[in-house]
Amino acid sequence: MDITPDQLIYGRWGPFTLNATLLWTWGVMALLVAFSWALSRGIRSDGTLTRGQNVLEAIVSLILDQIREVSGQRPEPMLPFVGTLFLFILTANLLSILPGYQPPTSSLSTTAALAISVFVAVPAFGIRRHGLRGYLRQYAQPSLFILPFTIMGEFSRTLALALRLFGNMMSGTVMVALLLSLAPLFFPAIMQAFGLLIGAIQAYIFAMLAMVYIASATRVHDEATARTGPLPEE
Amino acid sequence: MAELTGLDWIGIVSIIMASVAVSVGSIAPALAEGRAIAQALASIAQQPDEANAISRTLFIGLAIIESSGIYCFVIAIVLIFANPFWNALLSSAGG
Repeated sequence: MDITPDQLIYGRWGPFTLNATLLWTWGVMALLVAFSWALSRGIRSDGTLTRGQNVLEAIVSLILDQIREVSGQRPEPMLPFVGTLFLFILTANLLSILPGYQPPTSSLSTTAALAISVFVAVPAFGIRRHGLRGYLRQYAQPSLFILPFTIMGEFSRTLALALRLFGNMMSGTVMVALLLSLAPLFFPAIMQAFGLLIGAIQAYIFAMLAMVYIASATRVHDEATARTGPLPEE
Repeated sequence: MAELTGLDWIGIVSIIMASVAVSVGSIAPALAEGRAIAQALASIAQQPDEANAISRTLFIGLAIIESSGIYCFVIAIVLIFANPFWNALLSSAGG
């Protein structure tokens, strides 16, 4: 039994190997791009909504509301990154109802890549908000003594992000595979449905945690930056 | 009883330790999640208006608590399906 879709190989051309993770990651990306391209063709601002525009606006405003409520900051700067993470992971997880599909999120390569992009994005957002000096000073707040722990926390939460998503998705796949050999008729279907719920919750949690990390990097901490005040709402 | 080789011992110990990892590693997160959910339910009963904020925080907290259990599970799966010692011994024996 394979515990990772990396080992499921569909084709090989010279040094390039096409495994299930690669194929389905591109599949999910193509699906998302095609979906939003097709729906955003007829976008208008004159007040009459097409059905497609309605769907897109519902998705975007849902994500905007969640970010605003949780972070308490202006949601627009974070929307592209957090929203993309959420939609990609959600689609990757939910498509596992299709037979033959291997969720790319059940491979440690995908989840590590997503976690590393969060690891890079947090300082990027923080530096854009506070400047390089202001951002680096946050690591030594409230005293210099805390510095090793904040740096360690930076790495450990990246590892935790990757392993959490990987563990949850992989355990769903492994569990269904084990149950198929024990009770093949009815029970795997229930576990599969439960796996869909887990997948949706994990997508939400990954995006929310990424957002919380970014929000904590862009939050106003010390007196020097507090004087300029928080970002105005809307 | 047949003589047990090194490979046998690695298999035996790996399987026993995998189940120990999962069983011990699921106790603490289960207790912690139970406490968290009980507290969240009590808070929602007191302040039903804040149910949205409470349950959102609860979900994120549960995910963080759950990760310790997930780590143990990943270790157990690695021990059973991708055991590094097993593979090293197999390749050194030329099998």
